[in-house]
Order: sequence, then C-alpha cells, then structure tokens
Amino acid sequence: MTATVTRKASADRTRPVRGRRSSGHLRQERRAGWLFVAPAVIVLVVFLFAPILMAAWVSLLDWNGQSSPFSGEADFVGLDNYRNLLVDAGLLRSDFMLSVRNTVYYVLFNVTGAVVVSFALALAVNSYILRGRAFFRTIFYFPAITSSVAISVLFLFLFQGAGVVNVVLSWVGIDGPSWFTDPRGVLHIVLSWFGVDGAPGALSDTTLGGLSLWDWLSGPSVAMCTLIMLTVWTTSGTFMLFFLVGLQDIPVELEEATAIDGAGAWQRFRHLTLPLMRRSVVLVITLALIGSWQVFDQVFILSQGSPAKTTLTPAYISYVRSFGDGQFGVGAAVAFVLFAIIIVLTLVQRWVGRERRA
Amino acid sequence: MSGLLDRRRGARPAREAVPVVLTDRYSPLPRKVLVRVIGYGLLTLGTLLYLGPFLVQVATSFKTDADAVGNPVSLIPSPVSMAAWEIVAGSNPAYSVPVFRWLGNSFVVTISVTLGRLIIDSLAGYALARLRFRGRAVVFAGVVAVLAVPGVVLLIPKFLVLNELGMFDSYSGMILPLFCDAVGILLMKTAFEAVPAELDEAARIDGAGVFRTFWSVILPLVRPALVTVTILSFQGSWNEFTHFLVATSNPDLATMNLGIARLTAGDLQGSQQFPLKLALATLSTIPIAIVYVFFSRYFMRSGNATGLK
Repeated sequence: MTATVTRKASADRTRPVRGRRSSGHLRQERRAGWLFVAPAVIVLVVFLFAPILMAAWVSLLDWNGQSSPFSGEADFVGLDNYRNLLVDAGLLRSDFMLSVRNTVYYVLFNVTGAVVVSFALALAVNSYILRGRAFFRTIFYFPAITSSVAISVLFLFLFQGAGVVNVVLSWVGIDGPSWFTDPRGVLHIVLSWFGVDGAPGALSDTTLGGLSLWDWLSGPSVAMCTLIMLTVWTTSGTFMLFFLVGLQDIPVELEEATAIDGAGAWQRFRHLTLPLMRRSVVLVITLALIGSWQVFDQVFILSQGSPAKTTLTPAYISYVRSFGDGQFGVGAAVAFVLFAIIIVLTLVQRWVGRERRA
Repeated sequence: MSGLLDRRRGARPAREAVPVVLTDRYSPLPRKVLVRVIGYGLLTLGTLLYLGPFLVQVATSFKTDADAVGNPVSLIPSPVSMAAWEIVAGSNPAYSVPVFRWLGNSFVVTISVTLGRLIIDSLAGYALARLRFRGRAVVFAGVVAVLAVPGVVLLIPKFLVLNELGMFDSYSGMILPLFCDAVGILLMKTAFEAVPAELDEAARIDGAGVFRTFWSVILPLVRPALVTVTILSFQGSWNEFTHFLVATSNPDLATMNLGIARLTAGDLQGSQQFPLKLALATLSTIPIAIVYVFFSRYFMRSGNATGLK
C-alpha cells in the first residue's frame, strides 16, 4: 500500500509534462530502466537477501557445514539453537551472556570515548584562531581509512607488556598492566581500591542469564580497554568529520551576535554550539552504536576472546561456533540475535533522539 | 545555506565583522596568547597520538627483533636492519612469506570490485534517478533496506550462498558478493539528480537512445561522484577482511589483510617477529596512504556519504 503511494509520488515528481508526448520513448525507457537496475538487483538478491533467508533456515538446523543444508540430511531442530543461546543453562548461554556483557561495556565506553574525542578534535580543527587546520584534519582522519588488520597488528605491538604504551606510562611513574592478559574488570579494580575485593553476598547469589550480578558489574576488562582505545582511535576521525559538518552549519552571524552580546567562549559553547549540535551528536551516537556491536576483526587478531573470555563478542562467537566447531546452526542463530539487538537499539536510539528534538 | 547567501549579499561589512569578533583580535594580548598556546598544545598532542603510532610502525620495521623489543619507543633503529623487508621482498631464502601472492590477490580483487561497482552503481543510480519504470520504488526501497543490514550478520549467510553456488575458494566468490554496494548506488543517484533533466531531453530530441544519453551525455557530468565511488570501493575492498575470511580457506587466495591476520593470529605464542609484522602492516597501508595523500578531499566526502547510513 505504502509502496504504491511512494511510487506515484516519486513518478510525478520526475515526470515532466512534456515527457508524455512520445509513448514509444516511454516504452523504451521502461525496458531500459529494468536493464539498468538488473545487475544491482541480481547481485543484491543473490548475495544479500537470499543468503539472509538461507541463514534463517540454517539457524533452525543442526548443520555441521558438510553437504548441503537444503538436502534434508541435517536435522531440523526448530528453535533449539535459540533456546540454548538464550534460555537453557549451559556453556553456550554462559558464553553468549559473557559476550553480551563484554559488548555492552565495550559499546558504552567506546561510544562515550568516540563522541568526546571526535567532538574535541572537530572543535580544535574548526576553531578560527588556529592555523593549519586542513593539515591537522588530514592527520586525524588517517587512522580511519587504514585497514583494521594493520591497525590491530600495530596495537599488538604498542600494548605489549614492555611495549611503547607501558614505557611511556613509566615516564610519568605509572606501572602499566600487561594489557592483553589481564582479565580483571575495570570496575572491580576500582572497587578493590576501596577494599571491596570479593563479591558482596547479594551480588554473587543473584544471577541473570546464568551470570552473577557481580560478574555483570565487572566493567570492561583491561584487555577489552585496549580494544576500546583502538576503536576510539580509528573511528574518531570519521566522527570528527560529521561534527565538522554540523559545526560549519552553525551560522556565523549567530556566533557573532552572542560574542557581541558579551558571551565568553565557554558560554558560547555551552548555550549555542552544544544545543545546535544535538542532531550531529545523535547521528554519531547511532553510528557508533551500530558499529560497536559488530566488533570482530580486532578481536580475531588481538585477543581471540581471551583472557578469560572477557573480549568475547557475539560476532566472534558466531564465527568460531560456525567455522571452528562446525555448529553453523548455532552461529546463524547468534547472528540473528545480534541483528535483532542492533535493530532494537537503533529504534530505541532514534526514538529517544526524536523525542528530545521535539 | 541561507547563511552563505546572506554573507555574500551583505558583502563587505559582514565579512569584516566576522573575523573581528571570532578571532579575538581585540582581546587582551596575554589571553590571546594563552588560548593559542592551549590550542596548539592540544593539536600537537593529537598529532602525536594520531601520527605517532604510524611512525613507530615504520621505524620498528627497520629494527632487529631484539631492538624492537628492547627499545620499542625509539624512532631511530640501532642498528638499522633490513631483515624484515628482505623477508617481505622474498630475498631471504631461509624464511619466506608469500607477500607477492597476497599483494597480487589484493590488487586483482580490489580492481575488479572497483570496476564492477562503478558500472553497477552508475547504471542503477541513473535508472533510479531518471528512468520511469514499474517497480522503481520497490527497487529503491530494497537498496535503502540494505543499509540497515549490519555487515557482520552476513558472515554466515555469505558462506552459505557461496557454498551452494560452488563458489567457495574462488576469485568469483571473493569478488562478486562485494558488488553489493547500496551506498554507492545512492551516491550516484544523488549525483544524477543534480544534473538538469533538460540535458536528457535535449539528447533525446537529438535522437539519442537511453543508453547513449546515459553514456555520452550524462555520465561525464558526474565525474566527481565517480571518483568518490572509485575511492570508496578501492579503500573498502583493499581493507576488507571478514568476507575473504569466510569465502576462502585456500592460502593461495589470501589477500594482504588475510595473510597478515593469519600470520599474526596464529603466531602469537611463537617468536614475536614484530619488525616483520609491522613491515607487512606498513606495506598494506602504503597504497591507501598514497591515494589518501592525493585525494584526501574525496576521502572525507565519501566518509560523510557513508554516514547516510
């Protein structure tokens, strides 16, 4: 129904009155239209839409990757894969819950970090009083275009036990952790400074999805922090550009007027820039959120889920279960649950963003 | 937009007024200096953080293994060692990494994907922007829907379809699925819509067919968009990793990224060999860096275009 309406609307918009003159040409155009979109449609259907349907079917099977999942040889198990993932206690559910916990912290810290850093970069690169802005912009954007694999290898080197980061930290008297092998949660570490070393009874006894509340409240592990820093570093350049576009949309006259009215730099930022940038902030948060839930490459190279599964992510589980353990049904089910999480979060996020703007 | 027009209309006075206030020209000297010092200080710190790691990467690739571990921060290798690059270049008989194979595969895939996307995107973009045919709205909705699908969710689906079509472990299986490029199609559509429709009509009245109009009249006018699509897909497919990971298992088909990833992920417990790994990482970054230096404007534009998501 809606499709018909939009089609009419869009056809009317582009159809010039003169165009109706030759019906022969219209027929030619109609044929050409389909010919022109045919390659794109075929590619999208064969390599995108059909595969999603196939995976939906496979997620209902116990299929090991051999033969064809459509030959009827693989057992149809209904929703068992989803049940093992979300409801029934077992290794799979506890792995999945761990990965959700890890990713929630990863997303929280990563989105916050990326927004703050990229906003700061954009402000610096946009400020009128500094020279060489294009040069700095080029530098800050460079990590965003390099390959995640190369960057991960580089970070593996930088965050070695006696690597660059720890050496630099030692200059200011900080004894850096062994980044990739430290499974302790950051919140747990902070709590231990205040003498809370173990879980208080209430927190260790109550479980959610097979994981105690104490474990849910661990914060990202030290190892996960390196992944967070990596992602903030690589994505802040892109988000800086979004913020720059937003900043440049703020009318100069407005800034000028407030400046003449005697507003200081901080007041201008707080009461003029920030409110006008709300849309950009919402956009960047949405993009960072969607991107963060998909983290895979970095996990594959840097940590493979270790230490103590604190860098396990849903995407990595989906891959390892399928290609490592030959449980493609489980892998596909994880992928669909991840898909659902991302869609729900995007909708929630859009709704929140819209509400505030109105 | 209106701001821009106003500024232009207001000509002199407005233009004078802007810098006067916002550059703090008349603010007291010490404060001005302070603001600049802080500003440049932050920018320098940022440059250190954003460029520094790459300098460390290049420097380390010229170090010996011991030097890389012992003096990780130093940007001057002592002694300067070409050992890592000799392995990369294949001139070390004792230890070889099939770098040329990886590079070749990367180039074959990247160039094919880029050419394919240019053709598919511009044809589809033109049809969606200009041609009237039944089902256009449905096709457009389908293309937009693709943007909502997170890439990582497609890992297993892609493997399934390649498996069914017998394209697992083949160049076609590596290349064809990457032709799906909704962003590129939308980018081309937007570019075509900016071309005045009168040009199509003029070409038609002169007797040109649909394809002729598209190819000889309209396509040359959207060159900037074509460059953007080229750069976007060059960068995208050169940096692609997960698709090749699930589409191949044959080491002969490994691309640069896949080769480095397998070497690194599998080698974690063994000797670290960071100079070699970082030399490979540097090598894989060079093509992108070269394109970036010349086309950084387009990169930034495409960065924003991707954000249409």
